[in-house]
Parts: sequence; C-alpha cells; structure tokens
Amino acid sequence: MKEFAYSRATAVHDALTSVVGQENARFLAGGTNLVDLMKRGVETPDRLVDVRALPLDGVHEARNGDLVIGATTTNSDAAAHPEIRRRYPALSQAVLAGASGQLRNMATVAGNLLQRTRCAYFADLSSACNKRVPGSGCAAVAGVHHNHAILGASPACVATSPSDMAVPMMLFDAVVHYETLDGKGEIPISRFYRPVGDTPHLETTLPDGALITSVTLPSAAAGERSRYRKVRERASYAFATVSVAADLVVRSGQVREVRIALGGVASHPWRARIAEEELRGGPATPERFRAAAEAELSAAKPLPHNGYKLRLARNLIQSVLTEIVH
Amino acid sequence: MTNDARSEISLHINGTTHRLTVDNRRTLLDALREDTRHIGSKKGCDFGQCGACTVLVNGRRVVSCLTLAVAAEGAEVITVEGLAVNDELRPVQEAFVRLDGLQCGFCTSGQLCSAVGVLAEHAAGWPSAVTPDLSPDQPHRPLDADEVRERMSGNLCRCGAYPSIVRAVLEAAECEEVNR
Ligand SMILES: Cc1cc2nc3c(=O)[nH]c(=O)nc-3n(C[C@H](O)[C@H](O)[C@H](O)COP(=O)(O)OP(=O)(O)OC[C@H]3O[C@@H](n4cnc5c(N)ncnc54)[C@H](O)[C@@H]3O)c2cc1C
Ligand code: SF4
Ligand code: FES
Ligand code: FES
Repeated sequence: MKEFAYSRATAVHDALTSVVGQENARFLAGGTNLVDLMKRGVETPDRLVDVRALPLDGVHEARNGDLVIGATTTNSDAAAHPEIRRRYPALSQAVLAGASGQLRNMATVAGNLLQRTRCAYFADLSSACNKRVPGSGCAAVAGVHHNHAILGASPACVATSPSDMAVPMMLFDAVVHYETLDGKGEIPISRFYRPVGDTPHLETTLPDGALITSVTLPSAAAGERSRYRKVRERASYAFATVSVAADLVVRSGQVREVRIALGGVASHPWRARIAEEELRGGPATPERFRAAAEAELSAAKPLPHNGYKLRLARNLIQSVLTEIVH
Repeated sequence: MTNDARSEISLHINGTTHRLTVDNRRTLLDALREDTRHIGSKKGCDFGQCGACTVLVNGRRVVSCLTLAVAAEGAEVITVEGLAVNDELRPVQEAFVRLDGLQCGFCTSGQLCSAVGVLAEHAAGWPSAVTPDLSPDQPHRPLDADEVRERMSGNLCRCGAYPSIVRAVLEAAECEEVNR
C-alpha cells in the first residue's frame, strides 16, 4: 500500500477544503471498499479525509415529508430505522441482504452508493481493465464473466454494480445531495450513475471533490408493500447474481402504480421502465408480469456465460410482483 | 517515511489506553496483534471476508482488518481478551466451551465477538434478512436457528463447527431472554 496522509474532518467545509485541487485525495467513510482496494493497489490515494466525524449521521423526516438519510449513516442504522422499515421496506431488505453484520456496521450510505465493481479483473493489477486503466482493454469479455452485465453494457466494460442498497434507491427515486466549495447540489439517482459507453472509469455524475451529504427518499414514492429479493450463489453473505426491488399498487385487479428495479444486471441499478409501462393500467396477473419482464429484457445482450441471468431476471420479476399482489 | 504518513494515536483497548505512533497504513488488526500484543484477534483473509478479526468498536462488531488504526483513534475497542467481566466468562463464552462451538479454534475469537454483537443488535430490535416481517411495530421475537445463522454469516469456520456454534449462540440468547 502506498503511504498517505490522514485527517479527520469535523465540519463539511473543512472536509471540502482538505481535498480541493488534489486529484489523489479520497474521503474515507467505513473503508470497507476503499481500504480493500488500497490493499490491492487499485486505489492509491495520498491523502484520506475521514468523514465519519462529520455531523451527517442519522435519519430524519424533512418538513415536506421526505425521509433524509445522512451520508455517514451506517448501513445497519439505515436498515433498522423504523421509518425506513415502515415506508420503504424494500430498502431495509436490500441493505440487510448485503455483506455481513460487521460490514454493515462499518459501511455508510454514501460509501455504499460509490462502491466499485466486484469484477475480479478490476481488482487484479495484472489484468487488462478499462475501468482501472482506461484504454487497456477488458479481460472479462473473453474471460470469466458469468456474473457480468446483460443490460446497458458496452464492449469497453461489462461489469455490474455490486450494491444491493442502490437498487431500492433507484426504485424509490432517491435524490443524492452533495456539497462542493461552490455550494450545494442534488442529483436524482436516475442520473447519478453514468452510462458505460467508452468511459467505464467515469462512474457517476458527482462533481470532482464533491462530498455527499445525504440521500433523500421522496414521500410520494413510499411503498409499504415494496419488496426486495436477491438471488446469490449461497444463502447469505454473497453478492447478488440478480436481484429485484419492486412496488405495486393494484385496484380492482388493475395495476394502478408499478415500479421495478433490477440489480446484478448492469453497471448501475436498472430501472425497468419498459416493463412498468407495459403493466400500468392493465390486469395484474402473473402472465402479464412475465410478458412485461420479457419486454424489458428483449434488449439484453448476454455474453457467452451469463445468458442464465435472462431467465433468472424474468422469473424473479414475475414472482416478486405476484408475491406483492398476494 | 514523511511525517504526515504517520500519526500519534490513542487506542482504548479493553479499558486500557495505549499511546502509539503508527504508520497510517496500519490496520487496527495489526495494531492489536503486533503493536499491543492482543493476539486473540486473528488474521484469516485480511480483506473483510472471513470475520476472524472481528472486534467491538464503540460497542459494535466490525472487521478490524478493514479498519485503519488511525481511524480508530479515540474509540473504545473490545477484543476477545476483554469479553470476560471480572474474570467471569460471558454466557456466550461458557456456551462455546460447553457445547464445543469450535474445533481448531482459529475463528473462535471472531465468532465470540460477533456473537456478543449479534445479541446486542437483536436486543436493540434490529431485524435481519430472514426476519419475516420488518415492520417496526412487531412484538419482540426471540432468536431462532435461522436468525443466528443469518446474523453470524460474516464469520466463516473452515472446520465447519457451525452446528455447535449456532447452538451455543442460541443458548446464550436464551440466557439473555431470561434476564430481560
Ligand atoms: C466481503 C464483503 C462483502 C460484501 N458484500 C456486499 C453485498 O453483498 N452487497 C453490497 O451491496 N455490498 C457488499 N459489500 C460492499 C459494501 O457494502 C461496501 O464496501 C460499503 O457499502 C462501502 O461503504 P463504506 O462506507 O465502507 O465506503 P468506503 O470504502 O469508505 O468508501 C467507498 C467510496 O466512497 C467514497 N465516499 C465515501 N463517503 C463519501 C461521501 N460522503 N462523499 C463522497 N464520497 C464518499 C470514498 O472516497 C470511496 O471512493 C461487501 C464488502 C465486502 C468487503
Ligand atoms: S468488465 Fe469492466 S471492470 Fe471488468 S475487466 Fe472489463 S473493464 Fe474492467
Ligand atoms: S481477517 Fe478480517 S475479515 Fe478476514
Ligand atoms: S474452529 Fe477451526 S476455523 Fe472455526
């Protein structure tokens, strides 16, 4: 690991000035992703600014009813929070389905949204990887990629986002709030992650040096019956193969409102807008859920070894929606 | 080494304050094992994957291999050496001994620290991924084997002592329920 300077910020302004103009400075939150990648030589910061002593911890309700989750709130505290469990249960379920109890106690909400892919070539300095070294190629396309993307990928990079939490964030139209020395800003989660294109190393639209201060969940998006379901290679403590977050409101057998987001299929959590469009206003039946899932997945471009994710995603969408109806 | 690559820190470990000058790259795990000789905490993977290095920091279980020592400055750290209170083993330690919650013992210190964390998290009403209803208005449900397996899944045991680990944690949980 390369040497680095460490400081602990207690005010947002100090945190921002400590990194300004230093391309190689990083904010340190739980460290569960950053320290891991530093040990592997993938991240080589020369300054860490610890953000956990900032006054950005905790969950509260804004005056307009939105739920505000402070950036340094731990994954554990977010998952256990009564209002999140009551109004956005898919978010609690997703967080609880991720990592382990120890890691959730360390990991923060902002760090979770910014965690890097678990593509093994990304973490291995001896492999070609456009995300790590732009222009070096992508070892996964012709290599081991059974867990890689089927939607929205490009020949430059076929990696998936590993975050469980980000999937219901996409479902609930969360908004990421940040601060730079120029002031405050916000980005709806649907515009937070960039399309892969030929720049897989540029993952988000967060400005340089920006500190995420909170993530808000709009009150209008609350879904008491929302669900998260994750399929993985073992019963617990593994990243998603495919996951689904969904919410559905049915009146007299007709779909009034539906939202679906997928994890494990793309470089960022994938909002299934085609499927939602297919379903809205029509009958809420398992057959229609399946047809809508197929419509969404018709644009998928599986690789030689990950075609199984198509059927898995289709079946998951169908069964989670059916489960919410019953 | 440049000066700002090192820090002077205080670590409060099992109630004793240790003043150290550490390379900022030092993990809490290495500071425990190498600098302050708390060798109960084990290094299994050094990448947050096995749980052998689990300790309690400010009362919460964490993996010490992904915690930087400098980031733990000022925190209260409890290692397996500090779990016993006045030389009395905790119920979960007693249960591991009585029910053979181990074979080689390498993962045990991490299992014990994690179990202490699990019992506190459950007592605080935290749900898990296998809790059937996440609604915060549900009445308190005692831990069962599925809950223990899920909550302890961050602690791997290469010897496969899982069945007796689960029994031991359950027995300690029952003991705590009785005292509630
Ligand atoms: C063994 C293992 C298993 C895991 N399993 C899962 C899983 O199943 N599902 C899952 O979703 N995740 C899983 N994770 C990943 C884990 O959830 C993430 O590592 C964690 O959420 C990252 O949060 P952190 O606070 O530790 O971030 P850090 O590692 O501290 O930081 C991550 C990045 O975010 C930046 N950052 C942090 N805070 C801010 C801020 N406020 N503003 C701007 N930038 C910021 C940092 O500079 C860094 O680039 C696993 C991790 C491990 C080690
Ligand atoms: S899939 Fe993306 S992260 Fe993986 S090797 Fe290719 S470029 Fe790198
Ligand atoms: S040594 Fe820390 S989790 Fe394995
Ligand atoms: S007892 Fe040997 S690894 Fe668990």
